[in-house]
Amino acid sequence: MSPNFRIAVRFLLSKKRSMLMSLAGIVLGVGLFIVAQANTTGFEKLFIKTVLGANGAVRVQDKFQETLTSIQIEQEDTGRQFEFGRASGRKYRPGVEHADKVIESLYQFSNVLAASKVLRGAIDVSNNFKAEPAQLFGIEKDMHMLVSDLEEQIVFGSMLDFQRNPRGALVGLALAERMMIEPGDSILFTVGDESHRVLVSGIYETGYRDIDRERIFIDINQARRILKRPHQTSYIQVSLFDVEKADDDRYLMESVVQHIVAPWQEREKVWLQVFQAVRISAMISLSSIIFISGLGMFSTLAIIIMEKTREIAILRSIGYTRRDVTHIFIWQGFIVTVVGILTGWLTGATLTLVASRLPIRIRGIFSTDSFVVDWSIWHYVIAGMIAFIFVMTASIIPSRRAAKLEPGDVIRGTSG
Amino acid sequence: MTQTDKKPVLECKGLHRYLGDPEQRVHVLKGVDLQLFRGNTYAIVGPSGCGKSTLLYTLGLLDRQNEGTILVDGIDVSKSNEDQRTRIRNEKIGFVFQFHFLLPEFTTTENIMIPMWKRGNRKTLTMERRAHMLLQSVGLGDKTERLANRLSGGEQQRVAVARALANDPPIVLADEPTGNLDVKNSNIVFELLYQLSKRNNQAVLIVTHNPDIARRCDYILKMRDGVFTASESAG
Repeated sequence: MSPNFRIAVRFLLSKKRSMLMSLAGIVLGVGLFIVAQANTTGFEKLFIKTVLGANGAVRVQDKFQETLTSIQIEQEDTGRQFEFGRASGRKYRPGVEHADKVIESLYQFSNVLAASKVLRGAIDVSNNFKAEPAQLFGIEKDMHMLVSDLEEQIVFGSMLDFQRNPRGALVGLALAERMMIEPGDSILFTVGDESHRVLVSGIYETGYRDIDRERIFIDINQARRILKRPHQTSYIQVSLFDVEKADDDRYLMESVVQHIVAPWQEREKVWLQVFQAVRISAMISLSSIIFISGLGMFSTLAIIIMEKTREIAILRSIGYTRRDVTHIFIWQGFIVTVVGILTGWLTGATLTLVASRLPIRIRGIFSTDSFVVDWSIWHYVIAGMIAFIFVMTASIIPSRRAAKLEPGDVIRGTSG
Repeated sequence: MTQTDKKPVLECKGLHRYLGDPEQRVHVLKGVDLQLFRGNTYAIVGPSGCGKSTLLYTLGLLDRQNEGTILVDGIDVSKSNEDQRTRIRNEKIGFVFQFHFLLPEFTTTENIMIPMWKRGNRKTLTMERRAHMLLQSVGLGDKTERLANRLSGGEQQRVAVARALANDPPIVLADEPTGNLDVKNSNIVFELLYQLSKRNNQAVLIVTHNPDIARRCDYILKMRDGVFTASESAG
């Protein structure tokens, strides 16, 4: 053990109460930082999982289309030709063209796991109780299970029944609750003047309220018949092996399939930014606790140095260099910082564990019945780094001041 | 003040020292010459403010002279850098001050070991044995594990003497070492310094106002207005 460390430990122990206050601040700051990050990241990840489970990592939507038509005109006098663009006469065609070929092209991408066609259209749904507007989603029953978590989201009824029954439908929980629909019920879809009766095979819940209150899933061929849009595909839902690369894959996919490609990062940009803002806000506010602990450490060390000027002087007189004196006080800051960080990590982990077991029912943009936490080593690393930087910086300043004390002046002053 | 038959362990020539602001600086040491030899005890006496303590701190390399040279064991340390001066203090000079300046968080043994830890030329067990031996020699062999702040004033000053001898320095500088003690403890502390210097062949320089202590030293150096006015062999 180095003499500087040994002296530092003793000096530290002589100021137990002040040091414990600084230590408590670091522990609290680090612990709360970790639990806040675990919660915000946990909820963000759950939201992303919900979004991916409902809408897939990537959506291939409308085909790229010219917004202007152009006609070639020949100048009478010179005979030269030029193009003339005009907006009138153009009609934007939503949806995917040649969906099977687009899917075939998508499978050329190594990151694509599965792709499934979806037809979407507005309907009115009714039963004996009431009528509601809804969105009909025609899906390829088997393939859609590979691009969504629909199977896991069934809360009542049976997916098997849905897959076997060509007239089976899956209704969102919020819509089902509003219309008092239960599995086995018969419901009526109305499009224009025509009505079609289907059987409710199951009720699903994604947790995303906008989805659960309006989407009804049926077989895509049934949907085409009901919506009178044979062969049409509104979009292709794609699942990826690495969802984080969705945004990167997008441009290459667009250039290959010549359709608009919407990765989940872009589709959910607003919510993702909200989560990011909450996470950064929590990071800043909890870092301030650590910052205040750093100030506490600064004042504690400053007081120790004021009280120990004679001891510093005698250490200098018996051969301890200015560097040694600096190290003695930096060691004290280091010990408190390290103990604070380690205890803070333990506190953070315990609080995170407790938080994960706290019951809380949240529906809206995801579905959970308890606090959601994310266990990430990075939360601990970042909290530790912030504490280390703040507290060590606060320790270095008084330590350097201690080293500047002139032993002769101190001893002469004490001797009177 | 010269003893031509031996080589001085501490020597200063033409030492000048100014204190205070540049505009109102006081010329404290006005060309002091001094030689100290091993095995001798020297007392510096003189009125308050004559420069005794300033000379002691300057010779002990705790303060820097404005002019003149200082030789420790024949080596000119006048222009040494901070680290060299600190190393010389650790290895060659032991200090005893008016107040003991022990570190209250440490035991008596540890207080004596602190200079040894820094020097690092002995194993921990050897350091501990030496600290115990030194405590024994100052009559505190039974208080080796006692915290420094659990000792009486006289005992604390005796530990301070033992600490000054920790690294077996050839020079011991003492600034009014008995100034804060009663007569009985003053005598004990002085006798320790005197006897140990003889036994260890060390040069001991004591600044004192106590004429009785001064008389018991080998040499008395009288100082007035920043210069030595007289020196006499007390023996």
